[in-house]
Amino acid sequence: MNRYLAIVPAHNEAGAITDTVEEIHRFAPDFDVIVIDDGSTDATASRAESAGATVVRLPFNLGIGGAVQTGYLYAQEHGYEVAVQIDGDGQHDPRYIGELLACLQADSALNMVTGSRFLRQGDGHRSSATRRVGIRIFAGLVSLITGRRVTDPTSGLRMTGRVGIELFARDYPHDYPEVEAILMMHAHRLNSCEIPVAMRPRRSGVSAISSTQPIYYMIKVLLAVFIGLFRSSPVVEQGDTPVNAEHAI
Amino acid sequence: MGTQRIIAIAISGGMLLLILELVRRKRLMERYALLWLFSTLLLLVLSLWSGLLNSLASALGVSYPPSALFAVAFGVVLVLLVHFSLAVSHLSDQNKVLAQRLGILQRQVQEQNEHLSTLAQGDALKDAPLGEGARARDREQLTPTS
Repeated sequence: MNRYLAIVPAHNEAGAITDTVEEIHRFAPDFDVIVIDDGSTDATASRAESAGATVVRLPFNLGIGGAVQTGYLYAQEHGYEVAVQIDGDGQHDPRYIGELLACLQADSALNMVTGSRFLRQGDGHRSSATRRVGIRIFAGLVSLITGRRVTDPTSGLRMTGRVGIELFARDYPHDYPEVEAILMMHAHRLNSCEIPVAMRPRRSGVSAISSTQPIYYMIKVLLAVFIGLFRSSPVVEQGDTPVNAEHAI
Repeated sequence: MGTQRIIAIAISGGMLLLILELVRRKRLMERYALLWLFSTLLLLVLSLWSGLLNSLASALGVSYPPSALFAVAFGVVLVLLVHFSLAVSHLSDQNKVLAQRLGILQRQVQEQNEHLSTLAQGDALKDAPLGEGARARDREQLTPTS
C-alpha cells in the first residue's frame, strides 16, 4: 500500500472515469486511487474497478461534500499521509499531482495546496463568464477573510497532509464545500496555498452546479461564509482531539 | 407604536437571531436554515414597515392590518411544513435504502463466515481420518471388544 491517496468523487461519470483513473496511475504511480461512486445510476463503479481503482459505492447520492468526506474518512482509517482530490469528470489533470505534492512537501508548515486556474494567464479551460464572476466574488471574500491572496476558492483540485485529512474526516461542509473548506483550514490556523494549473473542459456528466442552482449556491455559500465569521473558535466535537497550531507545526 | 407591533418585531427579530445562532453552532444546516431566514426576514420587514403592511392589508381586503401579518405568518408556516414533509420523505426513502443495504451486507458477511468455517472444517477433516482412525485402533487394542 502506498502512503498517498487520490480521492476521486464521481457521480454518473462512466464516460470519463476510466481515463481519469488510468491517468492517475500513469502520472502519479505513488498514489492509491479510491473512487467514491456517489449513487451513480450508470456504469461508473464497474468501469472504475476495471481501471484498477478501489471503489466505494454510496447507497444513494450524498452530494460532493459527503462523497469527498468519505474519501477523507478512508484516508484517515488507512493511515494515508497525503490525500489529493481529483474530480472524476476529467476536468482535473493528474499531471499536476506531482507538482502539488512537491509544493506540499517543500514546506512542512503547509497543510493544503490547491490548484488554481486563475494564477497563470491565458491557458486552459476557465469556465463560463457568469461563473467566473461568482468565483471572483468568493475569491475576494476569502482573500479578505484569510488575509492572503486566494484566486480560485472553488477549485476542487486540492491536496492535504495528515492534519488536513483528520480535520476533513471529522468535519466537512455539506453542499458546495470548496469555499468553506478553505475557511475551515484558516479557522483551524492551518496553512494553505495555491499553485497554477490548467483545467480541462469536463468530458462527461453534468456539473454539480446546474443552471437552475447558482442562486441557491451563492446564497448558501455567502450565508456559510458570513456565519463562519462569527464562529470564534473552531467547532470541535467533545472527545475529539483538537487540531490547532501546535499540531500544524 | 402599538403593542402588537412591538411584539411582532420582538418575535420575528428573536426568531432571526435564534436561527443564525443555531447555524453558527452547526446545529442547523444551511440547507434548512435558508427558508427559515427568508420567512423571519419577511415577517420582520412587515412588522417594521407598517406602510407596507397597511397596503398589503388593503390589497387583501383585511381591515385590521395585524390580521394581515397573521395571514402572512400562516402562509409562511404552511410553506415550512410542506418543506419539512418533503425533507422527511427524502430522509425516510434514504433510510429505507440504508436498511436494505445493511440487510444484504449482513447476509453477505454471514455467508462468508459460513464459507470460511466450512473451509476450516475441511482442513480439519483432511487431518482427522488418520488421527481419529489411529486413535480408534489404539482404543480397540487397549480394550478388546467383549
